[in-house]
Amino acid sequence: MDKQRTHIISALVLHKPGVLQRVSGLFTRRGFNIENITVGTSEQENMARMTIIARGDEKVLEQITKQLNKLIEVIKVRDLDPENTVKRELCLIKVYTPTERVRSEVIQYANIFRGRIIDVSPESLTIELTGAPDKIEALLDLVRPFGIKEVARTGPTAISRGSKTI
Amino acid sequence: MKGSEAIIKSLKDQGVDVVFGYPGGVLLPLYDVIYSSDLKHILVRHEQCAAHAADGYARASGKAGVCIGTSGPGATNLVTGIATAYMDSSPVVAIAGQVSTPLIGNDAFQEVDTIGMTMPITKHNFQAMHADEIPGMIKSAFYIAESGRPGPVVLDLPKDVQDEEFDFESAPSMELPGYKPTKRGHPLQIKRAAELILHAQKPVILAGGGVILSSSSEELLKLAEITGAPVTTTLMGKGAFPEDHPLSLGMLGMHGKQVANFTVDDCDCLIAVGCRFSDRTTGSIPLFAKNAKIIHIDVDPAEIGKNVDVNVPIVGDARIILQSLIRILSQHKTPAMEANAAWTRHVTKLKNAFIPRLSFDDIPLKPQQTIKEISEAITDDTIVTTDVGQNQMWMAHYFTSKIPRTFLSSGGLGTMGFGFPAAIGAKVAKPETDVVAVCGDGGFLMVCQDLATVKDYDIPVVICVLDNRYLGMVAQWQKLFYNNRISHTKLGEVPDFVKLAESFDIRGEKVEKPGELRETLKDALRSGEPALIDVVIDPDEILPMVPPGRGLTEIVGEYKVEREYSGEIPYKQSSKVEGD
Repeated sequence: MDKQRTHIISALVLHKPGVLQRVSGLFTRRGFNIENITVGTSEQENMARMTIIARGDEKVLEQITKQLNKLIEVIKVRDLDPENTVKRELCLIKVYTPTERVRSEVIQYANIFRGRIIDVSPESLTIELTGAPDKIEALLDLVRPFGIKEVARTGPTAISRGSKTI
Repeated sequence: MKGSEAIIKSLKDQGVDVVFGYPGGVLLPLYDVIYSSDLKHILVRHEQCAAHAADGYARASGKAGVCIGTSGPGATNLVTGIATAYMDSSPVVAIAGQVSTPLIGNDAFQEVDTIGMTMPITKHNFQAMHADEIPGMIKSAFYIAESGRPGPVVLDLPKDVQDEEFDFESAPSMELPGYKPTKRGHPLQIKRAAELILHAQKPVILAGGGVILSSSSEELLKLAEITGAPVTTTLMGKGAFPEDHPLSLGMLGMHGKQVANFTVDDCDCLIAVGCRFSDRTTGSIPLFAKNAKIIHIDVDPAEIGKNVDVNVPIVGDARIILQSLIRILSQHKTPAMEANAAWTRHVTKLKNAFIPRLSFDDIPLKPQQTIKEISEAITDDTIVTTDVGQNQMWMAHYFTSKIPRTFLSSGGLGTMGFGFPAAIGAKVAKPETDVVAVCGDGGFLMVCQDLATVKDYDIPVVICVLDNRYLGMVAQWQKLFYNNRISHTKLGEVPDFVKLAESFDIRGEKVEKPGELRETLKDALRSGEPALIDVVIDPDEILPMVPPGRGLTEIVGEYKVEREYSGEIPYKQSSKVEGD
């Protein structure tokens, strides 16, 4: 009952101003521990999909799902099974690369991770990387010794495997 | 048509005949339409009272009540009333003015983020950015407020939108793809519930405000009678079941009846209908109905399992579910009532041992005697409203409520100052019914300016101010749990409530001796005019209670009972009040 775990909640919501505020306000007010939230348009017109990463036991998750469903602008809510879910995140990393040697080393790392170099300046390189959050962490760890100037992460978004939809 | 005209037309299309409001700068277009409209507008003297009056109107009638306040401070003053309605699931539609759309976000004069501010205290809220959105929004607002689990809805209407011209469509459409309240309970769960009830030996029914909201009192009575299950209620459920019925136990909880608390503690099957298991009802959750299988019927799925783990959840309209349940139970060969006869006898015995004593000839008046005299002066269908605190709990505990929608009280939010304006709303909704507001002196003073409203519009409510010159409930806790350190809960000698009433040209009476209140109240109700009765009561009387976080049987303070019970009482009070 008290088993805490990270849940991936996928919610289809009306694409209207204020919906994100309703959802995030709900989490604050009910004391739910939200780790991440991403929002973007969905396959349906006027609908957005929110991917919410939250921690809690089964009881908390049940409340989160039910309370989300109560919001008038929320259409569907589903707790995605982590075993059957693909989770991806986009990360942009600006690395300090003052010398030729450092630059080529960083580019090599980026290539191994199938990242792309999307911007170069005399003293920095910007890598674009997509992947599961742990892959992103791994690259960040590798380039950290060179000096990370800036990181921008979208946070994970997710979709279930197979042809089933929510 | 202008946006402002569309507001009034849409309200009337929803069957609204009266609104409670207070004008302001951004509402000038709307009030200009109200000026020549036949929609009745009642000018309150504080927006909070507009919201409470709309709430009282809704609770008394079952129809959504409407209140109006201007932008900024008008909207913030509405907030307490909206939150009160939200906590008690009352259908209120609150219309707030807003600064013109180009000014929104600029910290304009009297601008406040009403939408952001009311998000957590409304079922939903809308902001119109164009006049053509208004008809659909108002239709949706009433549908959302009144359907499923009712609740308040806020409409935020900028000034320029009120002035905008557009073509009014006669049948506005609602686009609410994410809103589908469940009505019918799951048949399998209803079957499981019936089986649990049939196998139970000690069933109890716990009725909440949802029974009243779904108009299922008749079904509840039937369920109790075919099963022989005694019925206790929450504060919000008061009136859902006739409290003079042999199976009635009265209110459960922190200030509940002993018999109710002991019976729930002992039961093996709890049938909870339309209640949310608030901490004031359950006491300590692990100790709550610890031997019982719990059936929970509620229209809001999020209430199931929120506070108390349940064995059989049934989501849907209580009335429809109870009808199905009764149908199954009635088909059974051995009527459940006979099977439970021993339990019913046991509970009756317990109930007889704990009949509260109401008659006291003390001066100042004992609260018990006060409630008794109020009960004697009014008819069963009289609507009583209460404030919050001791006055409320005395009423909840000692007053016998028999009819749904006649006991109106701020249960969830516990809003002092609710009683009087809610009575105004109730009287406007039910002009033929007597309405009595039972207030504390602290709470009444928070809203006393609205004596002007009842005078101006001739709304003949009678206010009984239970006057002990204390913020009694907090003082009671200070006495019981804070070493009698009465910190800022002693009120001074002012005001003179009789003179206060008279300054509004309202009849004021002061009563001090037993018998006076009964006669004065009868007379005031007969007069057909608003009146205030200042009832001087004993400041030292304490209502026994379950301390917060403790089990329902751990009552401190000693109840005064009608007569000493000669037989063996199966339960004893666990502890006496300390330091009293």
